[in-house]
Amino acid sequence: MAEPTYTDRFGRPLVAVTGMGVITSLGEGKAANWAALTSGRSGIHRISRFPVEGLRTTIAGTVDFEGAEDFCAPKLSERLATTAASEAVAQSGLPAGDFPGALFVAVPPVEIEWPQRRALAEASGQAGDVTYADLLAAAQTGDFAAWHDLFLFGTVADHLADRFGTKGSPISLSTACSSGATAIQLGIEAIRRGEAPAALCIGTDGSVHAEALIRFSLLSALSTQNAVPEEAAKPFSKNRDGFVMGEGAAALVLESAEHAHARGAEILGYVIGAGEKGDGFHRTRSSPDGAPVIAAIAAALEDAGIGPEAIDYVNAHGTGTPENDKMEAMGLMAVIGERMQSVPISSNKSMIGHTLTAAGAVEAVFSLMTIREGVIPPTINYHVPDPAIPLDVVPNTAREARVTRVLSNSFGFGGQNTCLVLSAEPG
Amino acid sequence: MSSAGMSSAGTMSERDVVVTGIGLVSCLGEGIEAHLAAIRSGADRLFEAGPWETQRFVPYPVRPAPALDLTTQIPKKSDQRQMEPWQRLGVYAAGAALDSAGLKDDAELKARTHVIVAAGGGERDFDVDGQVLTAMRTHEAPEVLLNERLMSDVRPTLFLAQLSNLLAGNIAIVHGVTGASRTFMGEEQAGVDAIRIAHARIASGQNDLFLVGGSFNAERADSILSYALGKRAYAGAPAPVAERASPGFVLGSGGAFLVLEARSHAEARGARVFATLAAVGATRTGRGEGAIAEALDRLFAETETSADARIVSGALGLPNRDGEERAVLAARAPGATPVVTQDLVGHLMEAHAPAGVALAAGLVAAGEAREAAVTSIGHQRGAGLVRLLAG
Repeated sequence: MAEPTYTDRFGRPLVAVTGMGVITSLGEGKAANWAALTSGRSGIHRISRFPVEGLRTTIAGTVDFEGAEDFCAPKLSERLATTAASEAVAQSGLPAGDFPGALFVAVPPVEIEWPQRRALAEASGQAGDVTYADLLAAAQTGDFAAWHDLFLFGTVADHLADRFGTKGSPISLSTACSSGATAIQLGIEAIRRGEAPAALCIGTDGSVHAEALIRFSLLSALSTQNAVPEEAAKPFSKNRDGFVMGEGAAALVLESAEHAHARGAEILGYVIGAGEKGDGFHRTRSSPDGAPVIAAIAAALEDAGIGPEAIDYVNAHGTGTPENDKMEAMGLMAVIGERMQSVPISSNKSMIGHTLTAAGAVEAVFSLMTIREGVIPPTINYHVPDPAIPLDVVPNTAREARVTRVLSNSFGFGGQNTCLVLSAEPG
Repeated sequence: MSSAGMSSAGTMSERDVVVTGIGLVSCLGEGIEAHLAAIRSGADRLFEAGPWETQRFVPYPVRPAPALDLTTQIPKKSDQRQMEPWQRLGVYAAGAALDSAGLKDDAELKARTHVIVAAGGGERDFDVDGQVLTAMRTHEAPEVLLNERLMSDVRPTLFLAQLSNLLAGNIAIVHGVTGASRTFMGEEQAGVDAIRIAHARIASGQNDLFLVGGSFNAERADSILSYALGKRAYAGAPAPVAERASPGFVLGSGGAFLVLEARSHAEARGARVFATLAAVGATRTGRGEGAIAEALDRLFAETETSADARIVSGALGLPNRDGEERAVLAARAPGATPVVTQDLVGHLMEAHAPAGVALAAGLVAAGEAREAAVTSIGHQRGAGLVRLLAG
């Protein structure tokens, strides 16, 4: 057996993955998700959680099997995160309830929702025009005190920290649609700095309610091809027309390789690099020259200490919006060059939709499973190739392949670009 | 083993972190000098130095934002229009911090300056909300009505003024600060952790230059509502935190940003050093009696804060929590008369710890203290302590 490796090629503590958990519209757990992903099954369906009359988009990849009663975004987000983290921590073999490191959790922004507003309006007794003064008056009764904590931004993380016994001040974060990747990046950094031997990194999003959907809809970001829900998400296709909202969560136990070896834990893979770059061009659109996307990809490779030739597969951000897929392809071709035309790239979002805050973490788990299983999940619904994206998108059918290193991209509103390099090997 | 929530200088591989820029906006106006002047007017009368807004959100007073000439920091009207007040306050304060650090006109440095913003969420369209609630009350299919009204009445770009990470996004757009940004959420503790992580990344050699801070708009009923639900917002006449007849904090509108920098980097470009950011401690707190005192006491020890440090207090106006802080201060910094940040500017929530650190750095830079310590007590969870030194 080879000597164990504890440091990366820059002499930093090597970051291993020793536990993973995931839940999406395709099911709960790695096994269920993997079976669905590799058979090209979609989790997108007609929305039943709320009435869809009057909406331009009526489909989503909601998670409806985790107790859809009394939907409330922070509650569902917490449930999803707890489910994913339980699976991850159990796999790692680390003590349940006494996790030896910090918690970094990507959570969707929260605010009081319409059912609560309506209840407050009713409790106020206002019979005429309702204003916020009436809601404030109802709040003074003290009858709704529990909603204070429910809608604080730090509550989900606090509950998770309690449950898993993480150490230190838990961090709740957002970098919009790259949040899940940022949670992992914060974990990598904490381990490299030697602050703790492990980090619990989670991305979660259970926030598909009417207003959330309408917000994206008003920005023309969503697919409106509602007729056959399973076929609406079409990353990289010429007829792509937007993303489909999804829900889910994923958790990764990151651990210094040394700590993992010392306790005899199975190492599932390594996170060998992370890169990020801001974009100041526009609130929702990327710089037309692709420079920030290019810089983020290049920074991830540089951080991993590898060249573009070392990437075997790209787990795409691949939202299925006209803009994202074009820019992502352009950025990849700029960094990886001619070879990119033969590097397989696929988008999990074709099947699970865009899990938003969770996406970077969900897709990191799927990237590591791709490495371990030797199977690349397909990009489904790919029937009309886009000549502007001359890439091997692993169309419609999963493919067996030996994959050692994966580049996983995440890009978000507000100029957020975060890329990870996941690897079977320490470097 | 040191606490997982601690970042401090001192070990071999680490580097000094210094404050080279301060941007502060509150009811007292703009700039650290306006705030230091108020502090000098006397610690017991801090709460009278700036205006109170007592009429608009009865019975909840707030500390209002000052009148600002936005164009000095946000030149394009189109940018101003794309933001709601919390973002304008933040982008303004961030620009002031860049000015203060001498970075404003250095595009190359700004392009590799990293950003950590501590933020909650943005504001709502109050008129639309009220109209929809009124209409839903009598509608036979209220949820269908909600769909129709939101689809037709909500301004499409309002979403971008609500998203937590879009303060950072606007800072990138308006100021060209494009290293990369991360947004931390989680009320007061987000502000402490933003400073802690920036400090750790500089100290470890990962990055040289950070813009860190946050902003808060207190003059919005939906935000007051969140805290009023839990009876955490103060309802009463203007009074300092220590003398209120009923518990609660007074929210303040404002923004606070700091430029944090590796000392070697600051020296190489000839930047003015306001203070050294010696240590940043952050921790969860238990729920029982004494939990905050235990946490703060431990942070005092871990940050090696001296007994004669000038204290900038994050006292809330919630006696259960403040009493524990007071007990720790009495033991750890006897004789200190804390500057209570909330008395000066109101409670800035996510931006409160950054504002406290801005005040502390200002005091140290003005020669009014050799050492300063900023306490942070989360109104629901978490505690922090930031230690600054002269030079």
